[in-house]
Amino acid sequence: MRRIINLRPGRGGIVLWGALPFLVAGVAYAVASAERLAVNPNDKLLPQLSSFGTALARLALNPDQRTGDYLMWVDTLASLQRLGIGLSVAAALALVLGLAIGLIPYVRAGLSPFVGVISMIPPMAVLPVLFIVFGLDELSKVVLIVLGVAPFLVRDLALRVEDMPREQLIKAQTLGASTWQIVIRVVLPQMLPRLIDAVRLSLGPAWLFLISAEAIAATEGLGYRIFLVRRYMAMDVILPYVAWITLLAFLSDAALRWINARFFPWLRAGKGQS
Amino acid sequence: MSRISVRNLWKEYPGQVVLERVSLEIPSGEFCALVGPSGCGKTTFLRLLLGEESPSRGVIELDGKPLVAEPGPDRGVVFQRYSVFPHLTVLQNVIIGREFERSRLLGKLFGAERRAAVEEADEILETVGLSAHRSKYPAELSGGMQQRLAISQALIRKPKVLLLDEPFGALDAGTKSQMYDLLLGLWDKHKMSVFMITHDLKEGFTLATRVLAFDKVRLDPQAPGAYGATVTYDLPLEAKPARKAAAA
Repeated sequence: MRRIINLRPGRGGIVLWGALPFLVAGVAYAVASAERLAVNPNDKLLPQLSSFGTALARLALNPDQRTGDYLMWVDTLASLQRLGIGLSVAAALALVLGLAIGLIPYVRAGLSPFVGVISMIPPMAVLPVLFIVFGLDELSKVVLIVLGVAPFLVRDLALRVEDMPREQLIKAQTLGASTWQIVIRVVLPQMLPRLIDAVRLSLGPAWLFLISAEAIAATEGLGYRIFLVRRYMAMDVILPYVAWITLLAFLSDAALRWINARFFPWLRAGKGQS
Repeated sequence: MSRISVRNLWKEYPGQVVLERVSLEIPSGEFCALVGPSGCGKTTFLRLLLGEESPSRGVIELDGKPLVAEPGPDRGVVFQRYSVFPHLTVLQNVIIGREFERSRLLGKLFGAERRAAVEEADEILETVGLSAHRSKYPAELSGGMQQRLAISQALIRKPKVLLLDEPFGALDAGTKSQMYDLLLGLWDKHKMSVFMITHDLKEGFTLATRVLAFDKVRLDPQAPGAYGATVTYDLPLEAKPARKAAAA
């Protein structure tokens, strides 16, 4: 008998083992739901799988009776817009501040303790302040995402710039590069994929902040809808919405990973099949 | 021209003297091998020449002018590792020196200027035998090929002085001897001064026209950092081409 650390699944095995937990969870839900509905046909906690379909069709394919909007698409658009703006601003901040802190000793001396302290502020604790200062509409939600995600991105990028081999920076100088040229030809191209990876890791926190902000004050958005229908215990809406958010997060993660593979081929160079 | 004079050079760190009383006159075009035990200041001396660090006392002059205290295009360098840019192909790694020089704002050349730089780079790559690999990334090259690339990259700015920090330390014996021929050929062609740190005495004596041995002459067992190393031997060897001719 070989050691278990040396046993590897084949191609089909990987698919099978990967799908298994999903199947188990699905079956467990269906069984539990059927049992509860058998006891009480009006049970709302674990609705039938088919009622998800009806709820989704109502929200996504039919206009709302009151407003005439397709609620799910309106919600999705609003949420993605907030998320996109928040993450873009945070990434841009990280690029400017992270590179400067990592590369320029004076900026590091001046800003790195400050960023270190700012990153320790729990963003949710200052959410009321954001609502007071920036109002209840879009800006405060975007600022919450930026505040929650940017310090991590800035610090991560600054550390990665500092970790660059000293030899590369010296080499660039012996080739006559100015600080600006080092930034745009040596540091920036190597840091962009790192930044994208850091943004991928921040997707989870970003969604957390978005949904929290929407839950408290919004008129549309995926988080707003979930917390709105919670009052009616409409699990047939909440669960599909959660699945939809998960899918969106998964797809944005995959898209960022694809960007890294497509635009930075040198990352994979020399590491087996590329 | 690339005459280097070092006068009464000291390098001290808090609680430690690394180099003391180093004085040298190196005429233009010399190939110096820096040898000596670990931790005796060879690398510090190279960093001082490079301008990465500045001396505590004393001066280094290049052609009669004190060295600027930061790395510049008159001094090329090849480190043991990490000398090439991993995100650029072989060709891009070589032309980037020209791009830094000619395009202050973007650091990138286009059109005719780029074609000229590519032509120049191709010529260098041809000499070091990397033409076939010009569109590969450094991670796809072997150790010897990466070092040849690092040398080509340094050569495009035609430095007066080439500094080598154990450039062949990580290479196998066969690759090393190829690299020796290559380096001697380039040194002969470009007429630059070379300073090479090596742990391999034989390598030093094979390549150099002058061997500088670093060591500590004074030692205080109670305070190991109290005294620094200096150049204990400064051995001029006969010129390489002449020796080569004699061997043939």
